[in-house]
Amino acid sequence: MHTILSKQVLTERTWHMRVSAPLVARRCRAGQFLMLRIHENGERIPLTIADWDREAGTVDIYFQEIGATTELLATLEAGDSILDVVGPLGNPSHVGKLDGTFVMVGGGFGIAAGYPVARAFKEAGNRVIAVLGAKTRGLLICEDMLKAVCDEVYVATNDGSYGTRGLVSDVLQTLLDQGENIRLIFPVGPPIMMKVISQMTLPLKIKTVVSLNSVMVDGTGMCGSCRVTVAGKTRFVCSEGIDFDGHEVDWDEMMSRQKMYGRQESEALAHYHEHGCCKGGER
Amino acid sequence: MKELTIAERCAIPRHSMPHQDPKERIRNFNEVALGWDRETAMEEAQRCLLCKNPQCVSNCPAEIDIPAFIREIARGEFLEAARILRASSALPAVCGRVCPQETQCELTCVMGKKHEPVAIGRLERFASDYALFEEELPVPAPAPPTGKKVAVVGAGPAGITVAGDLVKMGHEVTLFEALHQPGGVLVYGIPEFRLPKEIVRLELEVIQQLGVKLVTNFVVGRTATVDELLEEYDAVFLGNGAGAPSFLNIPGENLNGVYSASEYLTRCNLMKAYLFPEHTTPVARGRKVAVLGGGNVAMDAVRMSLRLGAEEGHILYRRSRKEMPARIEEIENAEEEGVRFNYLVNPVRFIGNEGNWVTGVECLRMELGEPDASGRRRPIPIKGSEFIVDVDTVVVAIGQNANPIVASTATGVETNERGYFIADEDGRCTKPGVFAGGDIVTGAATVILAIGAGKKAARAIDQYLNDGAWPEIAPSS
Repeated sequence: MHTILSKQVLTERTWHMRVSAPLVARRCRAGQFLMLRIHENGERIPLTIADWDREAGTVDIYFQEIGATTELLATLEAGDSILDVVGPLGNPSHVGKLDGTFVMVGGGFGIAAGYPVARAFKEAGNRVIAVLGAKTRGLLICEDMLKAVCDEVYVATNDGSYGTRGLVSDVLQTLLDQGENIRLIFPVGPPIMMKVISQMTLPLKIKTVVSLNSVMVDGTGMCGSCRVTVAGKTRFVCSEGIDFDGHEVDWDEMMSRQKMYGRQESEALAHYHEHGCCKGGER
Repeated sequence: MKELTIAERCAIPRHSMPHQDPKERIRNFNEVALGWDRETAMEEAQRCLLCKNPQCVSNCPAEIDIPAFIREIARGEFLEAARILRASSALPAVCGRVCPQETQCELTCVMGKKHEPVAIGRLERFASDYALFEEELPVPAPAPPTGKKVAVVGAGPAGITVAGDLVKMGHEVTLFEALHQPGGVLVYGIPEFRLPKEIVRLELEVIQQLGVKLVTNFVVGRTATVDELLEEYDAVFLGNGAGAPSFLNIPGENLNGVYSASEYLTRCNLMKAYLFPEHTTPVARGRKVAVLGGGNVAMDAVRMSLRLGAEEGHILYRRSRKEMPARIEEIENAEEEGVRFNYLVNPVRFIGNEGNWVTGVECLRMELGEPDASGRRRPIPIKGSEFIVDVDTVVVAIGQNANPIVASTATGVETNERGYFIADEDGRCTKPGVFAGGDIVTGAATVILAIGAGKKAARAIDQYLNDGAWPEIAPSS
């Protein structure tokens, strides 16, 4: 059992939780994820580890309420517990000193997943820029955290309520036009955003590493649920990723696989709304 | 009780196993084989010739004293029979169900030379179930502690066996499991209708009562490396299983609705997707399901698809029925349940609709040529014989590869070119103190072979903990 130590609402449906998980916190590095299962009947879902405290034995997760499991998770409070937390899973992001700027492009709650990678590149001595995107100002998360670890932080909102009106790709284009010497771009967020950024940087030959969020069951390479075509070859996101070269990912396949259980997800959500569910591992 | 003569023993016909009616059982997930009552078990036990030099034992990787436990069943001493079974095996109720006895103990049963072999597996199941459900078998007194600590990686058949044997020798054993539930393939792979999960849970409870410490949600290679385990433990056993699904690498394989057997069965068995939405994990409930492959896993998957409501469950296999690697019992069960077997067909690509969901498997017809390295006749494609099987769900059940997570983070523990650990006959790896056994050494095989590897490794680990000697390791095969 893993106790929830704190819980914070960030936007209407986005949450931050600090969870006790000493074995995960002990070894985890930027770019890795964990899998959690709330109760006996629950599914296993992957979530990026956004931050950790090795001494306190805690990990930080961010999630958006998009289905039965995440809605249930959002009802848990500090002091409640999560039945299973396992990790750290996936390979850590390759972090090193670049001959130029590192740009993390974050969209939606994916911004939280980009935070530890941006911080790691900063700690490795790089110039780090974050470009954050949200539909509207009220949905933007983690801006202050990123300001603390980046040289510059830019924001784009679709409605122009904060920062630049438009998309993260517009801000990235401006940076390129201004002559920023970008050596590595790390888009993390909705697949369509990662696809657009990857397509944008391909002709410019700027290395683009994407952090993929696929459907998973075990998270250790056992099932192949998360498979994705990269450079024409089938790869497992959980055991071989989660980072891949964005120019080589078959995005259309990736996006359609992500929607494989769309109908069942709605059904599970409806069932949850009707019947509710046990909390914190109690039956 | 009167001792029977050999002629009288031979005159008793082998007893069959009652099964749930096929029409009923494809609508539930309950065990198909219903087990025996006491009278049936005692009568079958009387068939055993109690050979002085029992050939069955020499073909049992779990080294069970088969005539001894059968003699106790014949006497009505069921608990004593179970005690004999548990003395050698941590998983007798499991083995009594899933072991291919026809190629192990029952193959060499002397009775089987002229008559049908004694139904050793069914007797094993009867006696071990008796101790799980009827009368409790006290846990033996612990051996004096040796003060040595062993880490066992993977709570599947090999790891459970090693842990059970070592703890009986007085060593302190911690069993690490990556998933949230122990059992390995016994819980994620083999379906409830062939092996109830309650059986696995109860047998695991026994080794925990013996003192094995179980740690779930611990992924060796990620949560901690083998090197780190060696800092805390005197020896490490790697029984993490093959654990990575093979695919055909043909076009369309990543369409939605195409599963590896591991994923399909894990969703259904471990995550109980058949109880969706009460259990939150989903699985596609296909109307027309094609399972590619001819092994036990393929049979499990196709029979699962029927229970999930499929109107048609197909096996697509590139050779003929004779070459199928599945147990004959499982093939017959599947046939009774209405599975459609398509022999001598080889899938060449998957076809999808505009929503990227699989709608068909294009296949080639095959004919059998000369025997290949496996001794089975090699299938050869017939030119121009392409045809399409209409489906909405596909399960690829063509085998396993080595999962690299453990090996890639263990220094000095060498693997072969296919990623399996190099180990000698007793499981010693290329690094002192590290042992391995089961599918991660042999490639995907059976539960009983993993148990056999576990037994040998447990003895070798005990010896190593006593003398610290480590020979030069060359692979066993």
